[in-house]
Amino acid sequence: MDNTMVVSVSPHLRAKEDTRNVMRDVVIALLPAVVASVIIFGFRALLVECVCVATAVICEWAFEKITKRQNTVRDLSAVVTGLLLAMNLPVSIPIWQAIFGSFVAIIFVKQLFGGIGQNFANPAITARIIMFIAFSGTMSSWAVPSGIGSWLNADAVTSATPLRLLELEQYEDLPSVAQMFLGWRGGCLGETSCLALLIGGIYLIARRVITWHTPVVYLATVFVLTALLGESPVYQLLGGGIWLGAIFMATDYVTSPPTPAGKIIFGLGCGLITVLIRVYGSYPEGCSFSILLMNILSPYISKWTQPKPFGGVKA
Amino acid sequence: MSNGKLHGVHAPHRKNTAGFVPERMPVPAVVTIPMSQNIGAPAVPVVKAGDEVKVGQLIAEAGGFVSAPIHSGVSGKVKKIDTLVNSAGKFDKVIIIETDGEQTVCESVAPPEVTDLDSFIQAVRDSGAIGLGGAGFPTSVKLKVDPAKVEAIVINGAECEPYITSDTRTMLDDAEAMLDGVRLLKKFYGVPRVIAGIEDNKPECVEKLRSLGTDIEGFEVMPLPALYPQGGEKVLIYNTVGKTVPEGKLPIDVGVVVINCTTLAVIAKYVATGMPLVEKVVTVDGSAVANPKNVICPVGTSMKDLLEYCGLKCEPKKVLYGGPMMGIAVPDLSAPVMKNTNAVVAFDEADAVEPPATACIRCGRCVNHCPFSLMPAAIEGAYNRGDGAALKALKVNICMECGCCAYICPARRPLVQVNKLAKAMLNKYNAEQKALAEKQAAKAAEKEAQANG
Repeated sequence: MDNTMVVSVSPHLRAKEDTRNVMRDVVIALLPAVVASVIIFGFRALLVECVCVATAVICEWAFEKITKRQNTVRDLSAVVTGLLLAMNLPVSIPIWQAIFGSFVAIIFVKQLFGGIGQNFANPAITARIIMFIAFSGTMSSWAVPSGIGSWLNADAVTSATPLRLLELEQYEDLPSVAQMFLGWRGGCLGETSCLALLIGGIYLIARRVITWHTPVVYLATVFVLTALLGESPVYQLLGGGIWLGAIFMATDYVTSPPTPAGKIIFGLGCGLITVLIRVYGSYPEGCSFSILLMNILSPYISKWTQPKPFGGVKA
Repeated sequence: MSNGKLHGVHAPHRKNTAGFVPERMPVPAVVTIPMSQNIGAPAVPVVKAGDEVKVGQLIAEAGGFVSAPIHSGVSGKVKKIDTLVNSAGKFDKVIIIETDGEQTVCESVAPPEVTDLDSFIQAVRDSGAIGLGGAGFPTSVKLKVDPAKVEAIVINGAECEPYITSDTRTMLDDAEAMLDGVRLLKKFYGVPRVIAGIEDNKPECVEKLRSLGTDIEGFEVMPLPALYPQGGEKVLIYNTVGKTVPEGKLPIDVGVVVINCTTLAVIAKYVATGMPLVEKVVTVDGSAVANPKNVICPVGTSMKDLLEYCGLKCEPKKVLYGGPMMGIAVPDLSAPVMKNTNAVVAFDEADAVEPPATACIRCGRCVNHCPFSLMPAAIEGAYNRGDGAALKALKVNICMECGCCAYICPARRPLVQVNKLAKAMLNKYNAEQKALAEKQAAKAAEKEAQANG
């Protein structure tokens, strides 16, 4: 009798998408923003992105090697974290600071909490906030768009982001709406081109990696609230980092609720906190803080929005 | 109470054999007929080694109320009554018959007298019918309900599992018998609505039943989206008549009886001819099968004989009773076709090996694809903590093990396996809680007695 047959519990068929495919889709969705960052800020953008990704991958590999854990480099989640962090940095960031940020994201925010799926806060967002506080000078020095022709322009002319210009009431320096939508303005590498981020977002929704709920609700909340508060809703919508935040950071699986209802609440909360910080706080931008705060609330939102089991009877 | 649209997964259909008219395979030299084919009590053999048996002859009688008799599908000689380990890992009696290839029909096979509901239910019981969708619940027990309570009868022709087309063939080749079954149900239950729920990937079945069933008042054919697990009993009830069967209740509690289309055809054929359920149309498919087919074989035919008849491309590395979403993997090919076997799926090595599980990324796909809106990832967490109270709150007991969660999980976590284990853990927890409550009640009563004394 042949006794080499596999006996396992059903199902005996699995969908094609695994963790690696999901992460690969996120990387693909970020490619338009990567291209945009190079077009807008020059090749140093690509250097920063490569440094962050490489550091993240090396840190993940080394930590798992040292702690004798299963190697997860192949699932591409470290690549996503590194790339997202780079998207949140100015082009002029010193390389050692970029390395430090990537190290913090992977080691402190992700691995020390147990690795993939266990972190309570988004690694890239948290690392960005730590860098923002630790390196406030370099982290808020925004190069003016210099174009693809500029090569490694670390000493480029700096300007302010549209949100900062609004705060300073320097209206004459503000970019046009079209410039902002395309990304031709000062800001982080990956946040400026709403067009590139939108393309990535549509790709992720079409591939069912994310749903529309969080990004749409987040952006709509910012638009409506800033209009109600007498701000310029178009500049508030296009001038900061919320497209990057709404599409790529607030939709992080691990740190946001799983159900549509939960995602809507999450998006609402992000939008509300972002606007409160922008309008009443001392920072021109509140996207990172809003997502981090909502990350912390995420387990509670998940609990409040727990689906009701079919035909379930109260015990 | 509405749950909106129930979730599910778009599993691949792979209905490769849908167009294949079932072909009868040569009678195998030996058949092994298990006594535990239905949910409930095993049947009890009424033959002994050395007895001659014929096709349609009773060889085992129902072993209790929730049980069904078993008849021989072959003519030959009982070689042995043995005890073997079945695919559920339990000891089970089997009747092993050496066939003579004559297929002589037993003299006792004659149409039963069916005049009223009681005689109809008796006929259903004598036919040996059990739920042929896979569950194997004795049909006579299911039908023994007060006709006044039955508001609708739903015929399950969803056949949502990948590969399987045996119900499809029933609806195409035995449509008349199936509709005769509908007429019998209408007659004895006086039920206003009989709905055949069929996934819309079988338009030819919908067409055929619609055109043949026009004379039956209150009979409707309802095409349903091909979304697995459309054929799950509670799912089908919700999607056809819009009712939710509450936890711990039966379909009849919401006025519905669900019956599989092939079961119904078997019953109608028995009423017409007296030939009980002794053979099955089995879909044989999968990556290890050379010529996928629908095969008619007697109950008790070994998977080895069945697969050899269809030809193998390679050594099968995993062989299933049923389809890949809920099918049961067998340890070896001696496993026999049972009454509720609607398919035998044999996989090659590539399809057989389980992908390694990685860490949960909390993507929520399991939650958002569960037809019953359960939270499999949370259940896994509670199970790993040994938290019975949490499992109770998470309602793991409702899980029908359809497999959507594990199918869709990008981390390939064995969520159905965990749910099965979690159910056992919950049962243990409930028993412990009950014992604890009883102990406390006894203590309190004792105290009270002392105080009063």
